[in-house]
Amino acid sequence: MGLKTKDLLGVSSLTSDEIRLILETSESFKEVSGREIKKVPALRGKTVVNLFFEPSTRTRTSFELAAKRLSADVINFSPSTSSIVKGETLLDTARNIESMQADIIVLRHSSPGAAETLAKGVRSSVINAGDGWHEHPTQALLDLFTIKERKPNIEGLTVTIVGDIAHSRVARSNIFALTKLGATVRLVAPPTMIPLHVDRFGVSVFSSLDAGLEGADVIIMLRLQLERLGRAFFPSIREYARLYCLTMDRMKRAKPDVMIMHPGPLNRGVEIAPEIADSQSAVILDQVANGVAVRMGLMYLLSGSGQA
Amino acid sequence: MNMLIRGGTVIDPGQFHGLGDVFIRAGKIEAIGEHLSIAESDMVELTIIDAQGLVVAPGFVDLHAHLREPGFEHKETIETGASSAVAGGFTSVCCMPNTSPVNDNQAVTEFILSRAKQAGKANIFPIGAITKGSEGVELAEIGDLFAAGCVAISDDGRPVMNSQVMRRAMEYAQAFDLPVVDHCECLHLSDGGCMNEGFVSTELGMPGIPNASEDVMVARNIALAELTGARLHLAHLSTAGSVRLTRQAKANGIPVTAEVCPHHFSLTDEAARDFHANAKMSPPLRSAADVEALKEGLADDTIDTIATDHAPHAIQEKQMEFDKAPFGIVGFETAFPLTMALVEEGVLSLERAIEKLTSAPARAFSLKKGTLAVGSDADVVLLDPSHSWVIDPTQFHSKSQNTPFTGWNVKGKVIKTIVAGTIVYGSD
Repeated sequence: MGLKTKDLLGVSSLTSDEIRLILETSESFKEVSGREIKKVPALRGKTVVNLFFEPSTRTRTSFELAAKRLSADVINFSPSTSSIVKGETLLDTARNIESMQADIIVLRHSSPGAAETLAKGVRSSVINAGDGWHEHPTQALLDLFTIKERKPNIEGLTVTIVGDIAHSRVARSNIFALTKLGATVRLVAPPTMIPLHVDRFGVSVFSSLDAGLEGADVIIMLRLQLERLGRAFFPSIREYARLYCLTMDRMKRAKPDVMIMHPGPLNRGVEIAPEIADSQSAVILDQVANGVAVRMGLMYLLSGSGQA
Repeated sequence: MNMLIRGGTVIDPGQFHGLGDVFIRAGKIEAIGEHLSIAESDMVELTIIDAQGLVVAPGFVDLHAHLREPGFEHKETIETGASSAVAGGFTSVCCMPNTSPVNDNQAVTEFILSRAKQAGKANIFPIGAITKGSEGVELAEIGDLFAAGCVAISDDGRPVMNSQVMRRAMEYAQAFDLPVVDHCECLHLSDGGCMNEGFVSTELGMPGIPNASEDVMVARNIALAELTGARLHLAHLSTAGSVRLTRQAKANGIPVTAEVCPHHFSLTDEAARDFHANAKMSPPLRSAADVEALKEGLADDTIDTIATDHAPHAIQEKQMEFDKAPFGIVGFETAFPLTMALVEEGVLSLERAIEKLTSAPARAFSLKKGTLAVGSDADVVLLDPSHSWVIDPTQFHSKSQNTPFTGWNVKGKVIKTIVAGTIVYGSD
């Protein structure tokens, strides 16, 4: 069994079986990263282009590492917004890259839907590495992978996502992924950061962090985008931290074996207390390691190798 | 040259509805009635048009269009816009001032009118800006604009945010009995949004424009119309809230008229799901509940007219990412069949649908158009309400093809358009 589509644009279009397939495939690739020689020939002769219109070090590096460990040739293309001459559309840029025989294009872009638009215009496989506030599917997949390492059965888990849900592609992809696998999802944020009708995703919404943490199996803390300050979403970082920072005291409301996750980079002392980030409950660095494995698994499946 | 349109179902809203002939002499409606007998002297150079099975109506009047000239001729020119208009049955078009330069002075108005004269085809009525440069600060020379031929004032896509400036504009416009047209949008509430704020925008991660962005400005404008007594025309209503507010204002005797665009009663924000900017317009496509409210508003005459908000954009502009692409779609050549869908659905009778495209808009802006009354300009459209066809933008007469209706199977076709007694669209 392989993936139905040539692209991975979002979690919302994946079936729960496809999600499981990606996770299972990724497991075998996790072992590769533990070897002394961290390389398999699965994508030898294939070309992966990282097309990043938004600055990102960790996601790009993770994709790059994943592709290299699969023996693919990797090109990093990071057009800064200033060098995108007026008039060249995303599609034109991508067609240029396609002409260089790229097999997989990994796209990070500030516009929601950019990956879908691109995928319709090129024959290469497109992986969405984050499009605006829309989706960041590989982040959600690596989060699921990480959860399963400690809590293998996602169904029935209570997962609390805390932070700026409205402007978070990580939140959206995780909501889709977790609900598809049967988890109970809670969202915690000031009401200014909760998008309209989000309850229709089958999640429950809390404005009180304490209430949202009660009995949680997993807590996903989102990074507070400091540039939201001054735009009336919240009064001050001080007040945000007082109300929404995950502290040791608050964490006691969750299950004793609660897992603490964060997509990074951390604002220590803003959304997460430093002692929590460094505690046994935190799996933040596992997430980073698993990111490479999941991206390897995904590229392997998309390259057609999984359908042999 | 004389013309006899024979044997059609003549619908002149509120005036005449039945089988009959229309006789045109020297560009004016000369007579209307059953089996007209034409004097021997009029038989010379008489064009006879067989309208059997067709509806003969006044040419449509569009209160809201963007012809893009001067400044954006790559999207549309007055000539291509006029060709598109008459292909859609519109013989009179009011064009918004957001050209470059903005139509905020006599010279631009005169330029538009002279280009319109060269283009021929449709009658073009410019709408002047409310404020200089549509910047919302200082009033444009509204008296000059009126003298040059503007029929209304509006800052359309750049609505006047300062309520005091809007109040003064409404007061001042009364000196010329000019309607003040507002694109009701609170830009603070829209805050860079690019589609309706609702479940779909939440799912797509798209910045949303809430209904309240329109509603608060409709409410403000109604309050200002009550204060000043100005003639207020509300452009392209899209929300249930603004229909409700307008209905209440009319019941209270406040001088307000309102329009709706075909896309707002034909589509919902679900159309944005494929991220193609042909579903991006301002105001945005709203929810199913809003669509229902708009239809109710049309049915009970809260909404007086159907206007296109014809907004051509080049292909490469609409191919951009959804949030970066410009707002707007072309509208002239799809307006009639989309309106006919309301007739099929029973929202409006055919006569009332035609009224909202002809006499009602003419009345709102005091244009001597939209009628087949004897002595009026012979602007006439021949329609086949039951003709089915598939919308194909490559066949449009507009320079642009940005429509979300590609491939729609629709009913209702414009067969022939006549302006001042001359056939400007459709074969002889």
